[in-house]
Amino acid sequence: MTRDEAFLQFLLRMGDNTLILGHRVSEWCGVAPVLEEDIALANTALDLIGQTQMWLGLAGEIDGGKSADDLAFLRDAWDFRNVLLVEVPNADFGRTLMRQFLFDAWHSIMLGRLIKSSDERVAAIAAKASKEVAYHLERSGDTVVGLGDGTEESHARMQEALDYLWPYVGEMFASDDVDAQMVAAGIAPYPADLRAEYDALVERVLNTATLTIPESRFAHKGGRDGRMHTEHLGHLLTQMQWLQRAYPGAKW
Amino acid sequence: MRASTDQVWDWLDAVPDPEIPVISVVDLGIVRDVQWQGDMLQVTVTPTYSGCPATSVISMDIETALRDHGIDNLRIKTSIAPAWTTDWLSDKGRAKLEAYGIAPPQPAGGPKRCPHCGSTAVEKVSQFGSTPCKAHWRCTDCLEPFDYFKCI
Repeated sequence: MTRDEAFLQFLLRMGDNTLILGHRVSEWCGVAPVLEEDIALANTALDLIGQTQMWLGLAGEIDGGKSADDLAFLRDAWDFRNVLLVEVPNADFGRTLMRQFLFDAWHSIMLGRLIKSSDERVAAIAAKASKEVAYHLERSGDTVVGLGDGTEESHARMQEALDYLWPYVGEMFASDDVDAQMVAAGIAPYPADLRAEYDALVERVLNTATLTIPESRFAHKGGRDGRMHTEHLGHLLTQMQWLQRAYPGAKW
Repeated sequence: MRASTDQVWDWLDAVPDPEIPVISVVDLGIVRDVQWQGDMLQVTVTPTYSGCPATSVISMDIETALRDHGIDNLRIKTSIAPAWTTDWLSDKGRAKLEAYGIAPPQPAGGPKRCPHCGSTAVEKVSQFGSTPCKAHWRCTDCLEPFDYFKCI
């Protein structure tokens, strides 16, 4: 794998995470439990889609002059490089917010490292995105605490959400040849090196939320290398890409 | 004769933000640079929030305003570094925001007072408000909700 090929994979991983999570969160638009949450979720989705335009815009430049839209709407499931965590369905509001928190915690730490990237384009995107993600993390962390340390019903649902999602956490810290090349070039950190900081942050919030972190470190994998996505990604894409598939090149 | 860059800044200061029309795109601090490159005028703008739908409207409004002033050869350059910060809001813009009912950003991370009644008894409802750049607060004295232009 050449350096450019590895760089492209890295950019797709960043951009596909924000794209797929942004789409998932946007599914709440108009149907969230209360207006304030609806607005918060829509704003979070909007930030994530905006960040996607920057990551996939840069990926497209590396990939022979494609646009961010080309990459978002004209690739099939096996070409996506997002972690499995972001493609799991929303289920109830509690699971949506738990997924958001588990991702935001990783995202904020990762972007913090990427601000120091040797590639100035990566550093610029990370600097911009990290300001937005600080608010995402504050919101999802507060809500996880509010619901976890809430009623008997909300506590039970948050624990269920954590139990369900925890096996998807490990993939964010998996490393392969792409990561090795990015580390060697000074572009990005080893994902595994973020784990200690992540565990400290997540444990602090989940303890406050009176939730118990599962002991198992088993991790579902296959998203960030595209080897095996969950069945949910294909369903998501049929909706997200429908217009461009039915009317290729359509604009408005 | 081509317009001076000072003149162009004045023209841009008359282009309102599409979401908060009491302040101009210059007050908002998103116009970073204006310069002539030969016969072409280059205006550098920086987006506020990366997904803010107002960004593309702002670029279009800037272009339309300058064309109305007779500048045909122009280019809008988008720059994301250094990232936009609320520190770039002008003092004039901050005062206009408050008069309009939007509490201006504070380094402390929350509004100094209620923009309606001036009370300091305020509390946060949500980190997110009606646009990406605002949070949702309320006053516990006059009981009115209000937008807070959040710091980034």
